Amino acid sequence: MTNRPPSGGLPGDTPEQDLLELVREGAARDGVEFVHYRPRFVVPGTKLERRAERRVAFWLMVAALGGIGYLLVSIFWPWRYVSDHGPNFLFTPLLGICMALGLGGLGIAVIGFGKWLMPEEEVIQHRHDGRSDEFDRVTTVATVREAGASAGLRRRGLILGALGMSVLGLTGMAIAPLIGLFKRPGRQLFTTPWRNGVRLVRDDGTPIKPADMKPGSIQTVFPDVPGGSTAADAATMLIRLRPGAHVAIRKGREDYNVDDYFAYSKICTHAGCPVSLFEQQSNRLLCPCHQSQFDVLDSCRPIFGPASRSLPQLPIRVDEQGYFVAKSDYTEAVGPAFWERP
Amino acid sequence: MKIVERAADRVVGKAAARAGEAADNADERLAIATPLRRTFNKVFPDHWSFMIGEIALYSFIVLLITGTYLTLFFNPSQQEVIYQGSYLPLRGISMTKAYASTLDISFDVRGGLIMRQIHHWAALLFVASIVTHMFRIFFTGAFRKPREVNWLIGVTLLLLAILEGVFGYSLPDDLLSGTGLRIISSIILSIPVVGSWLSFAVFGGEYPGELILGRFYIAHVLLVPGILLALIGAHLAILVRQKHTQFPGPGATEDNVVGVRMFPTFALKGGGFFMLVFAVIALLGGIVQINPIWLYGPYNPAVVSAGSQPDWYVGFLDGSTRLWPDWEIRAWGHTLPAIFWPTVVLPGVLFTLLALYPFLEAKFTKDRAWHNLLQRPRDVPTRTALGAMAIAFYLVLLISGGNDLIALKFDISLNAMTWIGRVGLIFLPPIAYYLTHRLCLGLQQHDREVLAHGIETGIIVRLPSGEFVEVHQPLGEIDAHGHPVEVDYEETPVPKRPNKIGLAGRAIRGFFTPIEEPRAELTRPDGQPGPAAEQRELTGVDD
Repeated sequence: MTNRPPSGGLPGDTPEQDLLELVREGAARDGVEFVHYRPRFVVPGTKLERRAERRVAFWLMVAALGGIGYLLVSIFWPWRYVSDHGPNFLFTPLLGICMALGLGGLGIAVIGFGKWLMPEEEVIQHRHDGRSDEFDRVTTVATVREAGASAGLRRRGLILGALGMSVLGLTGMAIAPLIGLFKRPGRQLFTTPWRNGVRLVRDDGTPIKPADMKPGSIQTVFPDVPGGSTAADAATMLIRLRPGAHVAIRKGREDYNVDDYFAYSKICTHAGCPVSLFEQQSNRLLCPCHQSQFDVLDSCRPIFGPASRSLPQLPIRVDEQGYFVAKSDYTEAVGPAFWERP
Repeated sequence: MKIVERAADRVVGKAAARAGEAADNADERLAIATPLRRTFNKVFPDHWSFMIGEIALYSFIVLLITGTYLTLFFNPSQQEVIYQGSYLPLRGISMTKAYASTLDISFDVRGGLIMRQIHHWAALLFVASIVTHMFRIFFTGAFRKPREVNWLIGVTLLLLAILEGVFGYSLPDDLLSGTGLRIISSIILSIPVVGSWLSFAVFGGEYPGELILGRFYIAHVLLVPGILLALIGAHLAILVRQKHTQFPGPGATEDNVVGVRMFPTFALKGGGFFMLVFAVIALLGGIVQINPIWLYGPYNPAVVSAGSQPDWYVGFLDGSTRLWPDWEIRAWGHTLPAIFWPTVVLPGVLFTLLALYPFLEAKFTKDRAWHNLLQRPRDVPTRTALGAMAIAFYLVLLISGGNDLIALKFDISLNAMTWIGRVGLIFLPPIAYYLTHRLCLGLQQHDREVLAHGIETGIIVRLPSGEFVEVHQPLGEIDAHGHPVEVDYEETPVPKRPNKIGLAGRAIRGFFTPIEEPRAELTRPDGQPGPAAEQRELTGVDD
């Protein structure tokens, strides 16, 4: 029962003044050599040492206060949102200051303890660079080669071939679940919820009459279908040009507009951001994401920036009740370009 | 005080005895004394620039702590709900659960907002410190053999950190992050041949779908942090195995490490520094507002705010997207969108070059030796200039990422800002290369001058012939004719001011202005003339 190894000679029994000798001996085993080791205070208990001690203690007290402060602020400070300038306004800043004092105080105390009170040291460790020991290299390689030789794979072509097949098969099995991720894009990227007769409505669902818009104004509209206002590709700009604006209408789109009213996709043909900024004076649209600019008078052709395609135009008409409706879906894909798009 | 000290003595004594017993128990079972002592005795070299990597490590720990807390409240669901929380301006508005739960963290969880803000600040600092750490590694040649593997792991960590950041700031589903998500989908769509299939795979259908936030969430809290953790572990293990690099200096050679032991000296420094890093992030999280998502509102594909910028580490890609011309290729019924080049090809090329740099340099310099000593940037002018060139390129992109804000604040035409960026991107990097190269050679030259002629003392002496000469203090021997013998150039710092070699007393303290009396050095405490006074007496200069 008593095969407990003897534990004699532990440094617990060594007088403190001899510890450094042991440390040096141990370090030497690890290839570490002391070149400089100097206690900060040769004579203990001097005024200077007391001062350093007090400094460390001070920062520890700061840490304690910061921690308690964090707790107290958490419990007692009014934290519920009332308004941007209510008493809750100071809650988070106070927490931040308390946490910074708590952690910072501890940090300074710990670093300070090392710098002000612990001995100064400089040591050198020797590197053992480069390859492993020659004997280790040879025997390690030999172990692998011997195993390979015993396995005799060189002359067991059947097993090797079957192994290759099994690797192939299992790779296939590992890939198979990924197929579940893929969905056929089909025509989805080419279509939007717009159809013939679908009303153009504002984000609150109200339809629009021509008389609702001032000349030189713009209105974001959505298709009057369920989910129309949240569909990523449906947002459209209904623009009423100022009378007399010289518009270059593209061939084949002569009946897309209603008088001065033109509808263009709001989704930028570059990266898909909403083209939100309309400059009335120059009849230009600007995308705030990457600063592509489109000329409304010229079929929303890009005139500056990284976009290279015009914003698609939605053919519109006015229905029997006098509200704007779409004539059909967009006649080309809306939004950023992709490989399948002609 | 005596009582306190006696109590301390007793407590520490008891604790030491207990710890000794526990250590003995552990050693009996695991035999840990040897590896433990070896770990204690691992030597860390001392240089301020080695702390940058530590900042990255510590901010990662802060991210893990605060991130875990945030998961207790966040819900990545894209299901629409009507907001009923405390923030009045948004009450009654329809939004996703992801956005609503982020609002709850900010307003209805006591102390939730500070955790969110600390998390975001820590993320910014994490990537920033990785990049800065990489600069240090690059410009000092620390990536050279045998440390190429750690360089590769580092590049992967940088990539993953950026990706992790993108996942993270996409999660709240506010207007800004939704816009970012839309752009991400456009980038994936732009990839030739497989773009639309990939995009549908990532988003689970046509953008935005209902799955993307859940997918980003699991990637953000489990997948990527798991890989980051494993790679950081490998990074550190390899570092310990290969030991630190160090700057050449007194006693420092290729075969040793000069510094302090891991325990107790470095442990105190490192532990304290972690606390300080955490404290700074906490202070930022407390008093500097970041990503106030309640001001942006919920995501809506038809709305965007002007001046939308991603977090800084993605800014360079935003810039490249703004600067790249509208070069869309259309042929045979297919389209290769312009956005493909600045957002897929460019970062691909940049990161490949970054990863391959150690191998390219070894190939061109034919340097295949082991290196444990670092180089000063000036001693490797070509590499330093290449680095400056890359930084110039990067900075033009980064600044262009905010060119609309610059145009607005300084009242410059937006189109002019775009063209300034385009021209700058081509011309500034070569200029940076040239200037840096010259600067390195100039600095070297100055070092050599001091080694040859000595330190300028600032003392002008008039010779009997009437000629004025400046007295130099040689750094080495003096030959038979009284001329200094040139000291060899060792690629180490050269002292350039008399007080660096103790000639005129130490430098007067103070960072911006002196904080002590200049004359304090004139006398020693024992009343004898100090080194400065001695100097003045010897040189006969009277002030």
